[in-house]
Amino acid sequence: MSGNNKSPYLTPIAGNGLLDRRLFLQGGLVLGAAQLVAGNARAARQEPAARPEWMSVPGQPFTLYGQPAGYEDEVVRYPSPNRQMRNSGASWTPLHMLEGTITPNGLHYERHHNGVPQINPDEHRLLVHGMVRQPAFFTIDNLLRYPMRSQICFVECGGNSNAGWNKAPSQAEAGYFHGLVSCSEWTGVPLSTILSEVGLDKKAGWLIADGADAFAMNISIPVEKAMDDAILALYQNGERLRPENGYPLRLILPGWEGVLNVKWLRSLKATAQPIMARNETARYTELLPSGKARMFTFTMDAKSLITSPSGGMVLKQGPGLYQVSGLAWSGRGRIEQVDVSADGGETWAPAELQAPVLPKAFTRFRIPWQWDGAPAVLKSRAVDETGYVQPEREQLVAAQGRHGFYHYNAIVTWSVDEYGTVTHVYTSEAQQADSDISIDAGWD
Amino acid sequence: MLAGINPGADEVRPGPNLGEPADSRAVSSHDWGIMPDGAGLPDGSGTAGEGKPIYDRLCVSCHGPGGLGDSADQLAGAQMQLTDEWPEKTIGTFWPYAPTLFDFIRRSKPMMEPGSLTNSEVYALTAYLLYLNGIIPEDKEMNAAILADVEMPNRDGFIQVLE
Repeated sequence: MSGNNKSPYLTPIAGNGLLDRRLFLQGGLVLGAAQLVAGNARAARQEPAARPEWMSVPGQPFTLYGQPAGYEDEVVRYPSPNRQMRNSGASWTPLHMLEGTITPNGLHYERHHNGVPQINPDEHRLLVHGMVRQPAFFTIDNLLRYPMRSQICFVECGGNSNAGWNKAPSQAEAGYFHGLVSCSEWTGVPLSTILSEVGLDKKAGWLIADGADAFAMNISIPVEKAMDDAILALYQNGERLRPENGYPLRLILPGWEGVLNVKWLRSLKATAQPIMARNETARYTELLPSGKARMFTFTMDAKSLITSPSGGMVLKQGPGLYQVSGLAWSGRGRIEQVDVSADGGETWAPAELQAPVLPKAFTRFRIPWQWDGAPAVLKSRAVDETGYVQPEREQLVAAQGRHGFYHYNAIVTWSVDEYGTVTHVYTSEAQQADSDISIDAGWD
Repeated sequence: MLAGINPGADEVRPGPNLGEPADSRAVSSHDWGIMPDGAGLPDGSGTAGEGKPIYDRLCVSCHGPGGLGDSADQLAGAQMQLTDEWPEKTIGTFWPYAPTLFDFIRRSKPMMEPGSLTNSEVYALTAYLLYLNGIIPEDKEMNAAILADVEMPNRDGFIQVLE
């Protein structure tokens, strides 16, 4: 390692110390060594044991199903159940404690309307009926014989990030604020295969999907989407679905609002018109300032957030080089670009996008940041391949008002103070304006 | 073969055709869906007066007396309209179709024992909730023919985005 060749990427390319994204790829070692020295100077550390305890006794035997390390027991979902019906509500993925793009199955977000059914797969059927030539039941065993396809895609609840509508910025940690979204590899039978077998009527415009939970949740899905890329999913990240994610069968509609990805799928009815179910009229619609509400808002628009550093974290080791890391995704296709600002949006620098960048999937972005110890304001802004640009909060609220509840995708702003404490902020004016923190709908 | 009706569709992959034919009796026993025009509404009937004691027994603990809301949705008694500072999205101010009430109550309610209500009990609860919202008189009987014709105040309150 040569200590004297200064990396060409150490010159900030945007305000407050954002460095060229290529630093970590090519020039990182030089600065890494410098940091190690500084760290040692700050706090004399105990020398690590040359042969620690776990090298002095035989290790543990095999396990049938592996579990996370005991030291990682704080990396958990955050449930926010209904006050009385504790099985109803939502549970958040700890995005701020994860890296990469695939959500571990045990940490995938949950949204249930009346608990998780314990379904015996041998007694479960999918009924396809309505405007079809031959109504038919499909057993799980039979579906497992069909040709399958896999797709890595996110699933995001329409109500994700809804605390963003609050007048005062929520101080929940990033995952417990924005973590009703997760990303998995889903594998199953293309829905188009099944619909062609039962002879879908050409005049059918909708499929009404019913779930086999206690809520018997139902919702309408356009036939066009069903024939395009919908999957009757049986597997998640290589293993059969978890009960809380729809075991033994769920719909996956890549890029579309989570509630449409019906879990515990028990029937699909082809119809000319939508059923106008409770969850596509009274809920999962966005009330506008005009008093009208948007309905059938299927696609989740582009969004990004910095997961590290993020709200609640403290840059305890003081000034120095940090990696800014975050997630971006769009229901309309691939993420084209993510820009990061460390000066509250005055200047921006493009982040490195981790390959492969997949459509309708989490995209990890990273950029090096030389924090000088002064207050800084971090933001990320996603642009997708359709040219859609993630809006600032002010733009989103101006267009949608504050009572839409669903589809909040504004730029997230983290403030870093001189002690390295990270908090969620809007603009300074907005924070002073009102301290009302309640949102106007619940999760029941 | 079906891909032609949807320009964006990939080519449809053939499957092994393992569906087991479902006869009309089996289909109708599995199909609880009620369309917004009332299609699918079953026989039976009920009034608000019959619905109130059912509500007070099974629904009030979460939705509050008179549908004013508690741990679960406010269903009636909105003071704020949809353009006010704190809009109250109740059945009366927000729900566009009356048959949706029947569809939802029958399939999902009550939370502790979903599917346990008779069709007439569901009609009675539907009538009570419509009455609480000032949409029908207290003695108006709800049944398959009448429920589909109930005009909801916010029927035209939605913009279909469809994307």
